[in-house]
Amino acid sequence: MPATTLDPYMKRDHVAGHMDVEREEKERLIGQVMADSRFGDYLYGCYECGICVAACPSARFYDFSPRRIAQAAARRDIDLMFQQMQEDIWECSQCFSCLRCPRGNNPGGVITIMREVAVKEGLHSAKDALAGYSRIIYKIMSTGTQVSPDMLQPDAFPDWGPEVKDVSENLDLWRRMLPPETMHTTTTGWKVADRTLVELYVIWLETGALDMIAQVDQGIHMILEEIMEEKLEEEGIEI
Amino acid sequence: MSDGAVSVILGKKEKFERAPDRRSEDFHERLFELEAEGELVVQRITGDFVEVPTKYGVIKKIQKANLWHHKSCGQCGHIPGYSTSIFWLMRKLGYDYIDPEDQTSCTAWNYYASATSNQAAQAAVAVRNFAAAYETGNFPLIHCGTSYGHYKEVRAELLHDGALRQQVTKVLHRLGKQLVLPEEIIHYSEWLYAVRDEISARAVRDVSGIAVTVHPACHYYKLVEGDAIFDPDVYHGQRTAAVSGLVLALGADLRSYSTFFDCCGFGFRHILVQRDFTRSFATLRKIEVMKEEADPDVVLTHDTGCVTALDKSQFAAQAHERNVGVPVMSEAQFAALAMGAHPFKVAQLHWHSTNYRPLLEKMGIDWEAAWAEFQEDAKRLKSGGQEFLTWADVDA
Ligand code: SF4
Ligand code: SF4
Repeated sequence: MPATTLDPYMKRDHVAGHMDVEREEKERLIGQVMADSRFGDYLYGCYECGICVAACPSARFYDFSPRRIAQAAARRDIDLMFQQMQEDIWECSQCFSCLRCPRGNNPGGVITIMREVAVKEGLHSAKDALAGYSRIIYKIMSTGTQVSPDMLQPDAFPDWGPEVKDVSENLDLWRRMLPPETMHTTTTGWKVADRTLVELYVIWLETGALDMIAQVDQGIHMILEEIMEEKLEEEGIEI
Repeated sequence: MSDGAVSVILGKKEKFERAPDRRSEDFHERLFELEAEGELVVQRITGDFVEVPTKYGVIKKIQKANLWHHKSCGQCGHIPGYSTSIFWLMRKLGYDYIDPEDQTSCTAWNYYASATSNQAAQAAVAVRNFAAAYETGNFPLIHCGTSYGHYKEVRAELLHDGALRQQVTKVLHRLGKQLVLPEEIIHYSEWLYAVRDEISARAVRDVSGIAVTVHPACHYYKLVEGDAIFDPDVYHGQRTAAVSGLVLALGADLRSYSTFFDCCGFGFRHILVQRDFTRSFATLRKIEVMKEEADPDVVLTHDTGCVTALDKSQFAAQAHERNVGVPVMSEAQFAALAMGAHPFKVAQLHWHSTNYRPLLEKMGIDWEAAWAEFQEDAKRLKSGGQEFLTWADVDA
């Protein structure tokens, strides 16, 4: 397989892990990134000073650099941006330490937009990156809270120590031993009213966030629709 | 330069000014302008408030009472002593609050991890929560560092992007709500900072011998940095004073270390699906550096993600004989303990992984007796004598 480009910054396809596509397709995808209303606020060129790299946790552990993200975007390098969208962007910790950029850039923010486009377009790389993550997506969309106590299972967190087992064995009892009344729950972080859940669902629907779920996980999308339509009816909200 | 000149400079509290075009904006003017134009409703600070200094000198108002607790999914989900301690402190200091059921997560964890949301959805979730607070007449107090940072991003976007404002207003109208933005977006640790002297005056445990290192949450002071608290009396105003200001007020031994500005390694996706990254970063860049340079008895932070990454990562690192083993908690839990809170019924330390017992002993807390009390209560609940533990039980 030939290299996609002679640019020394580019990885070969087999290293990048994802196949190259036609130039037109790349332009279409990156065009969406650049059209995002936040893009102009997130990028002002790049001094190539590397300050963002020094601050970036992901740069220490992966072949990843916020500077390359800023550079690629600043020189409108569609090929490199496309390749980064297939791989690099998922390594970012979204900590925004790179905001200390002296030029005023926000490489982490550029990455947020690139991720959004990758998901909206259903790129395989996005599906791969999010495998194992769907239960959180399902949780937030169906309950309004993202982390529930019953996620604390020793088989899911064997590296978190024996306390996880104690928590899971005593979960119901220990939750009932919390003085705040909204927190006696085990399947949600706190008690969320049904009306509130439905309002959240209306937000997902009206803003197109639900369609994004369909792109990464059709199964979750179907289950969500089913559960929520019923709740909508109960709350008397018509869509 | 002679040694004498250096010590004069070092002894002076210098004031550094940033040129106006390098300072982040003071959003208030635009906020009230849009309100005057009828585009949104501003929820104002009411009652007693404290003025606190922020990074570039703009004064921020912190409302003291009647707060609507915008809880954090992680705090409530797996570090429940975190939120419980905040509520407990508020009760002890005599400030009314609301713990609502019409609040959702800010959904930013999911957004930063999976990107299965978008700008409009995120903004609508934020202002739906703000509208819910507004309807009660109580002012929102944001528990989570990420919610706080993200909501400030959302505020900036809503103030400057008319199309987004319109889109979000339309969604809110479907829900029968108006577009509400609070006059300030306040993190719970800013509230703790504002009332730090009241907390210190009520402390019943001497913490002067406790060595503390602080890890400030990235999303607290890196996202929309302009209105995070920076106090000339704390690290000469060069680091955020959130958390550290309270530690100093309590009289604990605040110690510095060189990777203060590094993130905890949480990573949003990484904590769930690439935990080797989180573990490595949290232990190698944070805990080990703190141990080596400051040897703390406890690490205090103010965001769930940070407590999770720093606390849970230490277990597996022990297998590699790494230099770890420092308990991690929020400053709210630490402050509550200093004010005499029960380590299990309030601070809920049994949900934490790294051994906190030596710390409790150093604070003069008999953890064995406290655990026995907790077990007594558990027995009562198990036998069906009582369904839930209440605030009255905690204060008994
Ligand atoms: S947001 Fe991403 S790119 Fe920026 S410093 Fe954090 S990990 Fe690095
Ligand atoms: S800190 Fe800013 S200017 Fe410097 S390399 Fe990174 S993006 Fe470029």
